[in-house]
Amino acid sequence: MADNTHGLLAAFETPAAIMAAAEKVRDAGYQRWDVHTPFPVHGMDHAMGLRRSKVPRFTLVGGLTGFTTGMLMIWWMGGVDYPLIVGGKPLFSPLFAFPPSYELTILLSAFGSIIGMFVLNKLPMHYHPVLKHGQASRMTSDRFFVVIDARDPEFHPGKTREFLLAAGATEVSELEN
Amino acid sequence: MAHADPVIDRPAILNEVHPAVLPRPELVTNNRDFTWITNAVSRIVEEPTPRWWWVMFGVAGFVASFTVIGLIYLVSTGTGVWGLANPANWGWAIVNFVFWIGIGHAGTLISAILCLLRQKWRTSINRAAEAMTIFAVVCAGIFPVFHVGRVWFAYWLLPLPNANNIWPNFRSPLMWDVFAVSTYATVSVLFWYVGMIPDLATLRDRAKSKAKQLFYGLFAMGWRGSNRHWSNYEMMYLLLAALSTPLVLSVHTIVSFDFAVALLPGWHTTIFPPYFVAGAIFSGFGMVLTLVLPLRAVYKLEDLVTQYHIDCMCKITLATGSMVGYAYAMEFFIAWYGANPYEGFAFVNRAFGPYAWAYWIMVSCNVISPQLFWFKKIRENTWLVWVISIFVNVGMWFERFVIAVTSLARDFLPSSWGYYSPTIVDIFTYFGTFGVFSVLFLLFLRFLPLMAMAEIKAVSPQADPHAGHNDHH
Repeated sequence: MADNTHGLLAAFETPAAIMAAAEKVRDAGYQRWDVHTPFPVHGMDHAMGLRRSKVPRFTLVGGLTGFTTGMLMIWWMGGVDYPLIVGGKPLFSPLFAFPPSYELTILLSAFGSIIGMFVLNKLPMHYHPVLKHGQASRMTSDRFFVVIDARDPEFHPGKTREFLLAAGATEVSELEN
Repeated sequence: MAHADPVIDRPAILNEVHPAVLPRPELVTNNRDFTWITNAVSRIVEEPTPRWWWVMFGVAGFVASFTVIGLIYLVSTGTGVWGLANPANWGWAIVNFVFWIGIGHAGTLISAILCLLRQKWRTSINRAAEAMTIFAVVCAGIFPVFHVGRVWFAYWLLPLPNANNIWPNFRSPLMWDVFAVSTYATVSVLFWYVGMIPDLATLRDRAKSKAKQLFYGLFAMGWRGSNRHWSNYEMMYLLLAALSTPLVLSVHTIVSFDFAVALLPGWHTTIFPPYFVAGAIFSGFGMVLTLVLPLRAVYKLEDLVTQYHIDCMCKITLATGSMVGYAYAMEFFIAWYGANPYEGFAFVNRAFGPYAWAYWIMVSCNVISPQLFWFKKIRENTWLVWVISIFVNVGMWFERFVIAVTSLARDFLPSSWGYYSPTIVDIFTYFGTFGVFSVLFLLFLRFLPLMAMAEIKAVSPQADPHAGHNDHH
């Protein structure tokens, strides 16, 4: 049975209760655990002890790629590959290349941010033990949950359950893989 | 500390004066809880299709067929079926393009700029407004794509290798427009979609039928509300808002370059970019009000779209409408002050020439009608707000008509002057785009979450994690 246990799922009724519980789980030294809420609870990142998201790095890479691509593309197409004088204007100038490069910067930054979010969150992941639980539909509606992974070194089926109940959980149940 | 203690420098009287505590209006009224919000929004897509929806869908489809027929006739015959002829080779097509793309801007303003400015009231209307943006861009895109003449070569606009072996001319603002509008369309769709992921997960978890579970499940990407996910998600959302803000400002700026970079009197002015952006947001808010007010009534969402929300939208309409009015006045002032006879004539001609009727429709709709929003009584009268929003839509279409057509019809040389009129094909094609827009919007209502449930919950009074200490409900 123990091999098939994903972890323990504890339900909480209010944002205040889940905040207090998250702080307790963090302070108890658990590492592999998560909070599931229907909306981002303000201050939860701090309560869980999470570090700042790394999504901006992906955005930066996207933006730099976009701007460079735009400038190089326009320079190569109009200045190198097929130079064509139109209206006596220069074959290449960063001024007229700027608007398309600016748009490409934004386009690829947006793609970077979204790809970053998906990669860092390991999504899409259409199967997950948490989604299988009978209360999963309330997870995306009106209830708040703490999940402690059975692989956590601090995890102990009995003690962790008691700990969660003491932290104010209204209900604690086991998650199967 | 480098500075002196501010308390010491402060006049003594200030310690006795306490600023009035102004209660913040609640964004979800009647103390509705999270369950109620989920049900109120999910119900819209879960309940059996209402009869009015089928009626509206039928009407919208019929209206949309006008665009389809107009375009088929255009492509099979040639662009000559439009009213374009020397000197006005830009007519309704460009007017309609700018009209629709401008409407889209309010959606991005609500989702991006108001997000950065922490205007929490945006959460009830942002989803519908973003949907409006995308469908408006779809309608806008029809016109330039068909205006190129041989629509099957429209891909030549993109920097792709083609049979002619030459590249697009990046020195032209029309080329910038290709990049601006396609980026705008793409980023708007992405922003809309990722914003919807948590709500699609809600619908997935409530879905009863296998087909719905698959449909919503596939697009929800396995979202499970994990806070480790929310952390990255919120960062991404903030970044997208920060990226969409310069994007939306640049799109209408570049659209205005289509005009301003030309040397034509009445177009060649530096006021165009800010003036176009203000006008776009103005027209977009007109359309948001036109759409949201009936939805609020039909779906009984008064607790989520409160009077405070309507007030905010009316005030933005008022502010941007006043900016547009200022721009009209400033154009006239500069035309006189610049002492260029052609420029001066272009403006006198707008107000008193053969298109004076269009000019005065524009002024009455855009400058006068939004001024009514100064009055609380009017903002609280939903019917009146809706009627004024229609005036704004009409006025902003005429603004683009006045700009595009009056300058072209009478430029430098009186011997080449003319009078542009649309043909029936122009009128049908444009009329039909309202059907295209409505068909798309009705499908959105039926299948996707109309309001950002997760975001509304996050700004509702119950969501404050510090609220639970004293009151247990």
